[in-house]
Amino acid sequence: MSEKTYLQAISDGLRQEMRRDKRVFIIGEDVGVYGGAFKVTLGFQEEFGPWRVLDAPLSETAILGGATGAAIMGMRPVAEMQFADFISCGWDHLVTVAAKQRWRVGTPVPITVRLPSGGGFSGGPFHSQNPESSFAHIPGLKCVCPATPEDAKGLLISAIEDPNPVLFFEHKHLYRRIKGEVPDERYTTPIGEARIHREGTDVTVITWGAMVYTAEEAASKLDDLSVEIIDLRTILPWDKEAVLASVRKTAKALVLHEDTRTGGFGAEIAATIAEEAFEDLDGPVRRIAAPDTPVPFSPALEAAFIPQVEDVVAGLRELAEY
Amino acid sequence: MATARVAEPGGSLGEVKEWGLDREDLLGIYRNMLTTRSVEERGHILYRQGKIPGSFYTGRGNEAAAVGVATAMGPEDVGTPLHRDMGVHITRGVEPWRVFANYMGRVDGPTRGRDGNVHMADARLGLIAMVSHLPALLPVAVGCALAFRIREEKRVAVAWFGEGASARGDTHEGMNFAGVRQLPVVFICDNNQWAYSTPTHLEYAVEHLADRAQAYGFEGVVVDGTDVLAVYREAKRAIEKAREGSGPTLIECLTLRMEGHAVHDDAFYVPKELFERWAENDPIERYRLWLHEHAEFSDEEEDEIKVHVKKVLNDALEKAEASPLPDPATLLEGVYATPDDLDTPHHK
Repeated sequence: MSEKTYLQAISDGLRQEMRRDKRVFIIGEDVGVYGGAFKVTLGFQEEFGPWRVLDAPLSETAILGGATGAAIMGMRPVAEMQFADFISCGWDHLVTVAAKQRWRVGTPVPITVRLPSGGGFSGGPFHSQNPESSFAHIPGLKCVCPATPEDAKGLLISAIEDPNPVLFFEHKHLYRRIKGEVPDERYTTPIGEARIHREGTDVTVITWGAMVYTAEEAASKLDDLSVEIIDLRTILPWDKEAVLASVRKTAKALVLHEDTRTGGFGAEIAATIAEEAFEDLDGPVRRIAAPDTPVPFSPALEAAFIPQVEDVVAGLRELAEY
Repeated sequence: MATARVAEPGGSLGEVKEWGLDREDLLGIYRNMLTTRSVEERGHILYRQGKIPGSFYTGRGNEAAAVGVATAMGPEDVGTPLHRDMGVHITRGVEPWRVFANYMGRVDGPTRGRDGNVHMADARLGLIAMVSHLPALLPVAVGCALAFRIREEKRVAVAWFGEGASARGDTHEGMNFAGVRQLPVVFICDNNQWAYSTPTHLEYAVEHLADRAQAYGFEGVVVDGTDVLAVYREAKRAIEKAREGSGPTLIECLTLRMEGHAVHDDAFYVPKELFERWAENDPIERYRLWLHEHAEFSDEEEDEIKVHVKKVLNDALEKAEASPLPDPATLLEGVYATPDDLDTPHHK
């Protein structure tokens, strides 16, 4: 075990897999000499050479289409979108080709796509988005959103090992802010299993990514309320059983995410709780999410956009009063 | 200004032998072209009989382009043929009954009823199944070539696209990346002059699409797509060049789409004179005459091939019609791959 930042944990996991498995290679913009926009792959090209750490032209379609072809030929590509926002340029390849090939013709497409996502540092409308909900709607893809350094490494290795296209949403605001103990050896964290971040008995908060820490801060401000926080860790597939078990215990559920509200993945969670745990609820399922606007640039506006600790505190108090 | 090389027509028997084709290969090419057209003609009948759901597409006029390129591929090479390239599937060895089964949505088609018409491929034959978003498979073929380059294998990927799809960004991104990395990939443009109802002058502004190759740092060649031997020669050169590590080539096979976009389309927008002119260049008839003139193709041999193809297709239809429809209970199966699925011809 060593203490590592979220970013170091991702970097270590990737390096370990590349040392272990020659089929793993990295393709993305500025991932080579520069080491990636966030330095996740710093030093990788020196260690693995220019044909396993490929600086691609500014071509998300070629990166993702190319990764798909290489995967079908037996490689294990790890493609990096410089920012998760840019995946819109490669959406077609993931959704049209990679997600459907196994089901249509029996050909698996084992690719991992790393997506630095999320806001909180004035990245503006095109460097701050959380597009995971759009992909959680696509059968054939998997969507992973780790919150802790330990999960970031374990889930990245699971993603690379997985025979399917896996989207790995790594939250930029956690990169250097969050540290934790991370095993030095190789390990995997199963895709599709939630984690109880904090145990409680009065209200359940269901969330993932950076919002896990927002929820934690809110919970710590409420001495009179016992809050359980479920960190989903992956949203496709998602751990329905863990959520339902917690809601059955607390009878109150608050779904929290940084993505915008309408059609966000929180809606799916809320609907599932309403369908399957209605009799166990003592209040309505509440959602706290970003409003339905693009992500704003100015700090004053961005703070009004991203759910804040006070918003979660208010939401929890309201639910507690039911 | 045109920069692509315009290929010479196919040559004499002596020249053809120099390119690596013996007489048996030459008869095989004829058989494959004839099988290709016959499969699609039978498919057309099946469609009119109401036995094919959805729509139905053919590649009439493109038989030489498809069979010529596929004949030039090596057994370990891979490709991404499209809806005008039945000849590629036939040449690589797909059994016609499985094609019919796919047309009819039966369980024995390569997609087991999950996708229709030519949206299919047998991975064991080195082919990757197309999607409707053209040319989405072009960057995928570039990725196959990237895998070959990383592993330093002497294999080549062949990427098909049409002149319509040439207008999409995938074409640019795929070709640019392949040029930058000098990957072992050959781009084949089936230029049949009509993208549904849209003529070439509304799709691109260069003289030849192959002229674009120079801008990506590799060679462009225009070839008469009704001349199977010329197509073979150019494809063979390009494939072997890629195999030797000398990078991509763009080959533009010029043909005319001799039918509508699909069966529902009577192609009223294509000038009649154009059809008449290109009908004189029918690729199969043209090659049949060449065989008689240059390769001592006897009437007996010709009859033998025709009878053989007819029998194969009769048997294929019977077998395909006996194939059951898929069980609705299997709908949910296989959305996600399991580790066992990685035991496929490609992934090995």
